Amino acid sequence: MSTTGYNSQNGAGGQPYANGPSQNPLLVPPSGAGYNIGTQPLYSNQMPAKAPLSTGPGPYNPGSYQMTPPVSSYQGPGQASLTRPPMGPVQPAPFRPAGPMAPQSQNSTPPPMPSAAPYAPQPTWPYGAPPVSVSSPPVPTMGNHVTPVPGPVPNRHSPSPYGAGHTPPLHHGASLPPGPVSLPASSATSSYTYQGSGPAPPPVNPVASHPFPPGRSPYGPPPTATGPPPGMVPPPGMRPTPPPTGPGVNASPLAPPAGKHKGAGQVPTPGEASQINSFDHLEMGTKGMVGPPPPQTGLAGRPTGQSYPSLPPGYANMVPSASPLQSPKPPYSPAHQPYQQPQANPAQLSPSLAALSLQSQSPETLRAVNLLQERNILPPGPVTPPTPCLPQDLQKLNCNPEVFRSTLANIPQTQSLLNKAKLPLGLLLHPFKDLSQLPVVTSSTIVRCRSCRTYINPFVSFLDQRRWKCNLCYRVNDVPEEFMYNPVSRSYGEPHKRPEVQNPTIEFIAPSEYMLRPPQPAVYLFVLDVSHNAVETGYLDVVCQSLLDNLSSLPGDTRMKIGFITFDSTIHFYNLQEGLSQPQMLIVSDIDDIFIPTPDSLLVNLNDCKELVQDLLKGLPQMFNKTMETQSALGPALQAAFKLLSPTGGRASIFQTQLPTLGVGALKSREDPNQRASLKDIQHLSPATDFYKKLALDCSGQQVAVDLFLLSGQYCDLASLGCISRYSAGSVYYYPSYHHQHNLAEVERFQKDLKRYLTRKIGFEAVMRIRCTKGLSIHTFHGNFFVRSTDLLSLPNVNPDAGFAVQMSIEENLMDLQAVSFQAALLYTSSKGERRIRVHTMCLPVVNSMADIFAGADVQAITGLLASMAVDRSVSASLSDARDALTNAAVDSLTAYRSSVLTIQQPGLLAPSCLRLFPLYILALLKQKAFRTGTSTRLDDRVFAMFQLKYQPLSYLVLMIHPALYRVDDLTDEGALNINERTVPQPKVLQLSVEKLNREGAFLMDAGSVMLLWMGRNCNPSFLSQVLGVPSYAAVPQNMNQLPELDTAESVRTRAFVGWLREQRPFFPVLHIVREESPLKAAFMQNMVEDRTESALSYYEYLLHLQQQTSK
Amino acid sequence: MAFTFAAFCYMLALLLTAALIFFAIWHIIAFDELKTDYKNPIDQCNTLNPLVLPEYLIHVFFCIMFLCAAEWLTLGLNMPLLAYHVWRYMSRPVMSGPGLYDPTTIMNADILAYCQKEGWCKLAFYLLSFFYYLYGMIYVLVSS
Repeated sequence: MSTTGYNSQNGAGGQPYANGPSQNPLLVPPSGAGYNIGTQPLYSNQMPAKAPLSTGPGPYNPGSYQMTPPVSSYQGPGQASLTRPPMGPVQPAPFRPAGPMAPQSQNSTPPPMPSAAPYAPQPTWPYGAPPVSVSSPPVPTMGNHVTPVPGPVPNRHSPSPYGAGHTPPLHHGASLPPGPVSLPASSATSSYTYQGSGPAPPPVNPVASHPFPPGRSPYGPPPTATGPPPGMVPPPGMRPTPPPTGPGVNASPLAPPAGKHKGAGQVPTPGEASQINSFDHLEMGTKGMVGPPPPQTGLAGRPTGQSYPSLPPGYANMVPSASPLQSPKPPYSPAHQPYQQPQANPAQLSPSLAALSLQSQSPETLRAVNLLQERNILPPGPVTPPTPCLPQDLQKLNCNPEVFRSTLANIPQTQSLLNKAKLPLGLLLHPFKDLSQLPVVTSSTIVRCRSCRTYINPFVSFLDQRRWKCNLCYRVNDVPEEFMYNPVSRSYGEPHKRPEVQNPTIEFIAPSEYMLRPPQPAVYLFVLDVSHNAVETGYLDVVCQSLLDNLSSLPGDTRMKIGFITFDSTIHFYNLQEGLSQPQMLIVSDIDDIFIPTPDSLLVNLNDCKELVQDLLKGLPQMFNKTMETQSALGPALQAAFKLLSPTGGRASIFQTQLPTLGVGALKSREDPNQRASLKDIQHLSPATDFYKKLALDCSGQQVAVDLFLLSGQYCDLASLGCISRYSAGSVYYYPSYHHQHNLAEVERFQKDLKRYLTRKIGFEAVMRIRCTKGLSIHTFHGNFFVRSTDLLSLPNVNPDAGFAVQMSIEENLMDLQAVSFQAALLYTSSKGERRIRVHTMCLPVVNSMADIFAGADVQAITGLLASMAVDRSVSASLSDARDALTNAAVDSLTAYRSSVLTIQQPGLLAPSCLRLFPLYILALLKQKAFRTGTSTRLDDRVFAMFQLKYQPLSYLVLMIHPALYRVDDLTDEGALNINERTVPQPKVLQLSVEKLNREGAFLMDAGSVMLLWMGRNCNPSFLSQVLGVPSYAAVPQNMNQLPELDTAESVRTRAFVGWLREQRPFFPVLHIVREESPLKAAFMQNMVEDRTESALSYYEYLLHLQQQTSK
Repeated sequence: MAFTFAAFCYMLALLLTAALIFFAIWHIIAFDELKTDYKNPIDQCNTLNPLVLPEYLIHVFFCIMFLCAAEWLTLGLNMPLLAYHVWRYMSRPVMSGPGLYDPTTIMNADILAYCQKEGWCKLAFYLLSFFYYLYGMIYVLVSS
């Protein structure tokens, strides 16, 4: 029976594509469900389940997930701006009229669309059947695939409707039930579901990836004479002109004009698609594979380029030039110039890719910049990661840098070369990031290398139709019969066109071999501190209210369980068993030997006992109003939580407001307030007891993750408490000085964080394995997890806001390799009880010259990795050691650059252009809360900052280290982005120096989790009245943290800008309005990292210091 | 030829060193297993940690014996290791139980490599000292 289906969920009109009767309409909802769409009403691009194939122009507008060229290529009319959530659904609209086939018909010059294909629905088929297959209908060939096996494995354990979709036995051409159109070709053994799943929470758009504002030069060319040749970086004015297409062998004639469009949403540009057949290159490009191209696809395959007619503009951008590896010139040579030319309106590029195409390549990244002379080194927009010098067809298949990136885009051949370059080699991952489009594959066999267990990926090479060679261990594997059938094009014999081989990020629904036990249900346990101190802060109201509001949007299926524990000096359990008229509180006062009073009724099914849970949440805040109990028995409460959750696994959320004082795990205050500002070493950065660590390891073993919310005014020893989350893969939230009346900004932040926390996606009982090409090995992991073996992380829970960093080392020389690959595979149980595997694969070139290594240095990734390493160092050695190490990292790499890359020795402090921000970032790190000395910093604040440095995904991390400063009192629409009919002004990023401020202005500092709007004393009165709605500066309230909604152009612009910044991250940055005399001014000024403080150097002084060190 | 206290010390040390050699080999194997993914670091640390103090105590024990027997040279040869043991145990991570190895950090490549190297060095030292004690025992027996 064959069940092969494809769903594109993205794009408004998206519809299920069903191949064969097997797919019934039920199939659709689950795909969304897995992503708890329910919680994201915004996401309108969920496809209507029943839309008949023929109606949909939609399937071609899958939102915008850039990492999946084949998929996104159908977005023809759609926008590539994946990361900008609101755009997804809305923008495609204008293009709709172009007709469903727009992308293909318009853009692909070569062979016309396979309208002759036997498959009627083909025109709407998102993947557009390759011409080859058209001529030879696969149907006959597939007969031999029919297997009698009923019901595909994957459904066995999953309550999801998928099961229903697959089980009915089918016959060829059996007609479908109401939903999807049935297609003739249907007899693969595999049950195959291919679906772009859209429902991820509003995609995050980390700042690093903003598209360039249109009309602005991508790379602020420094004013100095050393600026790049004009051809390299076109001045803003030039942007719109159609760039030269370069040598582009197969470049589509339509590509260049795309550059003209302005405004994010407006460019259809489907034509930018490259005509290069990615498959061909895939085969030839890797590691000197000699295998002849598969017979049928060889030449015929080439034109298939058209079947992917509209690559996301970002990809298309890079197409035109010849592949770097093939060109005789070094990759950064001007040969690449062509792809520097912006081809499409930058604003519409998918952000990071736009970046790719604009920045890297060319001598530009290696151009020596004398930091002492160039003042304006900040790019006007976001800093973009360098592009690895891979052949473009590989590069366009490469993983999204926001998900997976390396500190060095070009991997050195040997460890000694790496040592010589003095740059850290590592990977930064954001593996569970909310993606707006993710291909999901259901298949009874997941194709993996037999020896190293690598998942098949775009960078493997096919020796012939039947064999593929692993790109990690080079073993030759057979292509299973089932894999020969391509459910996307519904053709046979094209394994290289399967979605697994076309997408660097893909998700599999895992069959039962991937389960040690039946997938666990979603289980949530809330452990609340109700001591006097906790009641004082008033946090209970917020927690209970948020829970009440979000109870129905907690991710989970019908098996979802919930439970509550409160504690002060005793532990209180709540019996919520069905049938009780009200929740029953059970108190256990024997905290030395904690036990669970009634094991089966404390964690209850949320659906069955919803009323009781709601009653409890309504009553809880008042229940402890009068409490006089000041002690806190956190340790025993945690043990109770562990005992309660250990049979199933799940998530425990701990809310704690003071130092635990009773029972196991009691702590003593270790902070000496007088030492806060000391220049000497900071003590007590490591835990005081290993109780929390051991408990966390036990939790990890039972698939329990513990998230810690610390709301406290005084010292709580986060260094010890944090271990509970750190090793159980939880998250830590910290709200210093939380008080429901006195600190409204924190209350707001807490509310928003809680909302996100409760409703975001979650993966249970997860493990993540990172594999890399033989010769490379993993040195150290950074983040929250437990390392179970050399390459395996145990993650009881995984959440979309967790980042990881990995230090790599080169164990064997990579002499004979042209490229190496890294694969991160995250196996988890979704909240719907499906076992899923999310696989990210990245391919990077191997280089042997220092110049190439430096050309590929990714300054943000390097900073992020160094920050993690420095945190480890400050705990294991000392803070001053860590600080020295950071400075040395900058000194060493600049010295290495000077001595081995620069041919002409010039005076001054020279840095390659791609590393020009390095000293600035290092200085910013040294002034960051985690590492600063001499400024009064509470120990908990410091430790929390260290936690964040280790587990924040890179894009948020960068803002935390080096906030972005904008002037907002003179926002104009010039160069503004246009998103969802909203105009978002794009002010320039300013240097973090007081010299940039002035009394007449208003400046917005975006520090990731907080935004500060600083008003000069003589602030423009029109700004005050039009934006803040106050008559004068003196009337600005002290604790203002919202912009009033005024009906003025200025107000609209400012709010649009702030709103746009906020949309780019999943959490909610609170805005504080800071007057010159307000207490937050200190926080604002501390972020002015380029300025001198009593205890730290200014940027210029720091550069001089570096210069002194490098010239030694 | 007389059976002196010193000779007794050497004999005892000989036997104990043989035991220490086994300890060292055990450690080396254990870390190798960790490196090749055969074992879970928690289990491995749980088996290794109880062995650390006995090893150190055995070493301290025969050092004291040599002190009592006034075998200064032998004692001197053992002092560096003794000092190393003291330092190593002082700088261990925060742990409630005895032992040195923390399952959360042991998989760190640097630490694992260090532990392996430490194992090999100790094995070499114990082997050499084994033959030295044999020689010492015979020498004492013959010379006295």
